[in-house]
Amino acid sequence: MDAVNMEKVNQIIDERIADRGSLIQILLDVQQSYHWIPPAAAALISERIDVPLSQVYRVASFYKSLSLTPRGKHFAKVCMGTACYVRGGKEVMEKASEILGVEAGGTTADMKFTLEKVSCIGCCSLGPMITVDSEYYGKISPEKVVEILENYD
Amino acid sequence: MPKLSSVAELEKLQKDILSKRTPQKPCLALCVGTGCIPLGAKKVLAAFKEEIKNQGVEDKIDLKETGCPGFCEKGPLVSIYPEGICYCGVKVEDVAQVVAQTAQGKIVDSLLYVDHMTGEKILHEQDIPFYKYQRRLLLGNNSRLNPQEIEDSLALGGYAALAKVLLLMTPEQVIAEVEKSQLRGRGGAGFPTGRKWRIARNSPGEVKYVIVNCDEGDPGAYMDRSLMEGNPHAILEGLIIGAYAMDATEGIIYVREEYPLAVENAEIALRQAEEYGLLGKNILGSGFDFQVKIIRGGGAFVCGEETALIASLEGKPGEPRQRPPFPAASGLWGMPTNINNVETWANIPIIIKNGGEWFAEIGTAGSKGTKIFSLVGKVNNTGLVEVPMGISLRDIIYKIGGGISKGKKFKAVQTGGPSGGCIPAEFLDTPVDFDELAKLGSIMGSGGMIVMDESTCMVDLARYFLGFLADESCGKCLSCREGIRQMQSILNDIMEGRGQTGDIELLERLAVTIKKTSQCALGQTAPNSVLTTLRYFRHEYVEHIEEKRCSARRKSTPQATFFSQVNV
Repeated sequence: MDAVNMEKVNQIIDERIADRGSLIQILLDVQQSYHWIPPAAAALISERIDVPLSQVYRVASFYKSLSLTPRGKHFAKVCMGTACYVRGGKEVMEKASEILGVEAGGTTADMKFTLEKVSCIGCCSLGPMITVDSEYYGKISPEKVVEILENYD
Repeated sequence: MPKLSSVAELEKLQKDILSKRTPQKPCLALCVGTGCIPLGAKKVLAAFKEEIKNQGVEDKIDLKETGCPGFCEKGPLVSIYPEGICYCGVKVEDVAQVVAQTAQGKIVDSLLYVDHMTGEKILHEQDIPFYKYQRRLLLGNNSRLNPQEIEDSLALGGYAALAKVLLLMTPEQVIAEVEKSQLRGRGGAGFPTGRKWRIARNSPGEVKYVIVNCDEGDPGAYMDRSLMEGNPHAILEGLIIGAYAMDATEGIIYVREEYPLAVENAEIALRQAEEYGLLGKNILGSGFDFQVKIIRGGGAFVCGEETALIASLEGKPGEPRQRPPFPAASGLWGMPTNINNVETWANIPIIIKNGGEWFAEIGTAGSKGTKIFSLVGKVNNTGLVEVPMGISLRDIIYKIGGGISKGKKFKAVQTGGPSGGCIPAEFLDTPVDFDELAKLGSIMGSGGMIVMDESTCMVDLARYFLGFLADESCGKCLSCREGIRQMQSILNDIMEGRGQTGDIELLERLAVTIKKTSQCALGQTAPNSVLTTLRYFRHEYVEHIEEKRCSARRKSTPQATFFSQVNV
């Protein structure tokens, strides 16, 4: 996990501070850089854009793309959209959960992987789908999940 | 590129671009959309680049990276223009042969589409049943242009409708044309677009906003992603025309964060349009100013609802609010705001170019134009299909979709996403339009069409949708927040062998209460999956409750829960 470098948070705020209502965009950028919203970053954002800290937390806990706990180095998302569901997305999720030893939403103890379910990533023709970071894997089976996850270190 | 300062300059530029192109030279168009990438399209693309160089045929073959033609099932897809040859499932190993044969004007037989009914190979895209019965006004250009190159759009007549509007039409005339087209919003509710625009135009306000809603959250629907990734300039052109018609000076493209390529291509399109003077101050010398920015969604299904989307743009949690006031009167920052779905905006340039009357000739009495559906689930040919309104469900599923996969029997088709419903076999001949689907208790929604075969348990499916909605309810209204959970818990009991007499009636009572007392469409439509499955497949509920078994899945209850992790 990156150490919380406030310089980067400040930079993100600088880029967006002029835009009205930019809280969510700032949080998304912080999430992208740090893989979570560190408390120090939340406090800094609240102070600099003059939004109550409670609202920063309310927003950060409302939206699924934002996380208040550190996410692992790799972010694996199993699609649970309807099309993936009718083609066996659940078995894929179970396998991923078994391999990593965490439930959906959990992070492995070594901070290597966070496993999450996602409602639909728009690849419905290729279900079941899994994404790891920015890579997409389609038409997969529980067995293939093993192969895919092994490729990441 | 110097900024274009008049319509004449735009037209000259279009001519210049066309004069430099060689339409007769074979062009390999490779889909690098989000559908084909997981199937290896990026590697295939790299192989094509290298192979064309290695074989020294740069002067004989063009290569184009394009968006999604729709037939994702058979990807990676390569189309060869101008002939319209279609290769399916192209792998890195095939590339050398494709390049060599194309350079000699020959065909690679092994990559052609094979009709699974007749076993025949089909050469041309337009003869493949999946494409043959479509009418691709919106998707057609996806495979003909590189979405990251504005010149490709211009070569295909992009921004010509904007030029026509700025040169020849008053804002009033633009709205009249859209009204004449009878276009209805493609996001789900089907409100007449022209009427919506007129209300926004007539609302007083210092600033007015126009917004593209690309927060496509319905699981099983991805047409907005494909349009935004594959042809962002068409959407942008529609948005600029709308801004002109409604006197809006600021535009926002609101894209789901889960669609990174759509965000990227929209950003590139904006930058290019600005460079060319198609956005910004004094667009094409008309005196009209308009700027656009892109905002990413934070991952909340409910933000597809207009007032929740606006709350999210204001940096707040995406909770819907009471309407009226409607966004057209008081929207973003209290100013008049018009929000349309991606597909709605993409229709605008087509309407302006061809005229509202032309558009209104396509479709049925109450639903005009084409509609893109994502045909997915247990069907042979899955992908995005664009069809004229009024086509029957049977034609979509059997003619275009090639019937049910693995020789199984059709059971139902689910339309409209989590707010929609399931339609059984006896209504397969229903013409698909806004009103006909509503009569069956379902909705058009954004166009998801999920086909289910005989092995799908309808109680389980209803439970799946409730699980999704329980997860996505913003929690503002008690009836939605708690009611969905209660319905879900009853369905869990039924699925797990604890169902009791009276459960069905209780589900129905809860459904009515949730529908009547929720503020936004999420809650108002949340019980639909239960209500339509009860309407058409009540016996399955009864069987689970009274006989403790599920004949669809040939199991006795309790059974493995399909989606326990979705349950709250």
